[in-house]
Amino acid sequence: MTARMLCVTGVQPISPLVTRFRLEHPDGQALPLFSGGAHVVVEMPDDGTLRRNAYSLISDPMDGSGYEIAVRREDAGRGGSRFMHHCVRPGDRLRVTMPTNLFALDLTARRHVLIGGGIGITPFLAQLRQLQRLQRPFELHYAARSRDEAAGLRLLPALPQIHVHISSEGNRIDPGAILSGQPLGTHVYTCGPVGLIEAVANAGARLGWPKAALHSEAFLAPTPGKPFQVTLAGSGRTIAVGAHQSLLEALEANGIAVDWSCRGGACGRCETRVAACHGRIEHHDHWLSGDQKAAQATIMPCVSRFQGSALVLDLQEAQ
Amino acid sequence: MTIRFNDETFRDDYTFRNSPAAIRRFPFPFDQDSYMYSVNIEPHRRIRAGSVFEHRFDVDEHYVAEMRDRAITLTEDPLRCQSLPHMDLAGWDFVELVMVSKAEDYPDLFELHRDGDRWHWINRPLGIDQRFTFLDPTTLPCGPMEYITRQTQGDHALLDQREGNLWMDAGMVTSQADWSLDFDIGMNFYEWHAPVPKAHEMGVFQRALKFLLNLQQGAPVRRLNWTMTVNPRLDTSPENYHKWGPEKRTINAENVGAKQHLRVELQTLWRLPRSNAIVFPIRCYLMSLEDIVTVPKWGRRLHRVLRDLPDELAEYKGFAVNRPLIVDYLAKHDDGAVTSAGIFPDD
Repeated sequence: MTARMLCVTGVQPISPLVTRFRLEHPDGQALPLFSGGAHVVVEMPDDGTLRRNAYSLISDPMDGSGYEIAVRREDAGRGGSRFMHHCVRPGDRLRVTMPTNLFALDLTARRHVLIGGGIGITPFLAQLRQLQRLQRPFELHYAARSRDEAAGLRLLPALPQIHVHISSEGNRIDPGAILSGQPLGTHVYTCGPVGLIEAVANAGARLGWPKAALHSEAFLAPTPGKPFQVTLAGSGRTIAVGAHQSLLEALEANGIAVDWSCRGGACGRCETRVAACHGRIEHHDHWLSGDQKAAQATIMPCVSRFQGSALVLDLQEAQ
Repeated sequence: MTIRFNDETFRDDYTFRNSPAAIRRFPFPFDQDSYMYSVNIEPHRRIRAGSVFEHRFDVDEHYVAEMRDRAITLTEDPLRCQSLPHMDLAGWDFVELVMVSKAEDYPDLFELHRDGDRWHWINRPLGIDQRFTFLDPTTLPCGPMEYITRQTQGDHALLDQREGNLWMDAGMVTSQADWSLDFDIGMNFYEWHAPVPKAHEMGVFQRALKFLLNLQQGAPVRRLNWTMTVNPRLDTSPENYHKWGPEKRTINAENVGAKQHLRVELQTLWRLPRSNAIVFPIRCYLMSLEDIVTVPKWGRRLHRVLRDLPDELAEYKGFAVNRPLIVDYLAKHDDGAVTSAGIFPDD
């Protein structure tokens, strides 16, 4: 994964839980442009542990002067967002990968409907700038529980195509109402909590939308869980995975190279063969099919975990 | 660096020739004495000064003549260049990639000056001096993809990425090894590869697609592919099969060395920034058997590869009818000596 060292040039709290960071090239060089919905992976040297978290780019995709991300502090998470909030200051340097897009706009669409819940608004901040530049018809719906928590209100531009739904004010988002009556050729994109994604998918199915017109991205970070152990088939070495560590992070901490890209269970890059499994793999990814998950012959170490007596991975150690 | 551009033709009287320097830098595709399909993708890194791998978009002595041949083909058949409406942004991405690369890699041949969206492009070999506004198609004489691919050797396919697949939704295809953009346009990765024998059972396309969906910006990749062509003809299209198909029957023991060409494609794949599309340039290099055997390693190796190739591959690549003549010719240049690893000449 190609990465470069960038300089933090802005740290701006947007809401009690969300902070915006701006990253620029240390020499002022232009950064590669990207497409709306792209993310970067930020490396965080957190007290001896190297964490890597993926964040959607929220700045203008056609502006290479800097990248902006919005980070929500997850106090129950593994620590990456806490590091960003507590340790990162203007002038610091962070290693950041090239932008990758797993949630791109379908440019064959005649109309785009963007639905963001909570911090799931982030990929749409870049997408709506792309849509404006391309002069494509769109509407954006932003759902939040309360006005205090709604960081999106300070990140979204004032545009007539943008609709805000605050549930504490009795204005709960209604996916059925948004999807019904849309013209043929419309595509809908949902990012946010699993419940919102499912509600939009259900409304789409009920209204007869083609599957290919329904897009979603769950902002999937590796969840903490119980500690477990894996064994490497090549060397027989045993690796311990901590409660607040992903399997991928534990492998990396032990010097075992696994190819990766999104670190969120979506891209398929880190798929690893399982040589033996005595127990149950907790598959948290969106990559493997239901049958593949049931077979327990492959695992996505970026997000998935294990419970049982033995999990042997078909991985070799570098010589 | 100066290049003397050949005045030559790729049809009718076929005056195409490779200079001794062009022979030495030919991308011979076989790194061992046998051949089977593989994904064989490697990073498109700069290697070996003077080789076709030195620059992002290789420009050689055939550049001007190839662009002239492309213009003839397009006049006769405008459908060789097509771009579905949603691919305009990818076309602009490709304009930027080629202009920036060529201006940096060949500063004496190409210049690009940018002031925001106001761009000034100078292409000396083709005598073009163009000022235009980036992303404004009304400021170019034709669409962005057509504009830049009329100035870039090789065929080019623009692949849209959606639904976990790649879709051939735009392209400029005038120097192809018997496939048709007009037939393939709008197809996905599995559909346009459907005619290829053997590779499906081997799972080659599934692995290749998975790899390509994850292709990273700034990390282009390349592979070599090959076939055989009678006469140095760029336009071996299905549309014009009636013109070049019968030429396969003109080969005999006397002329096989001069008329039979090895056709090598340097295929590269690039992720484009604004559109998230992939551009797939397919650059064609042609060399006659009698030029190939001037490099002893290549003569020996090509003989062994073609002699031992499975029948269905010779059939698919369209030279089964002439294989005995070709193998007999090459056998005279194979003394049985051991060949060195890799594709480059020994000295």
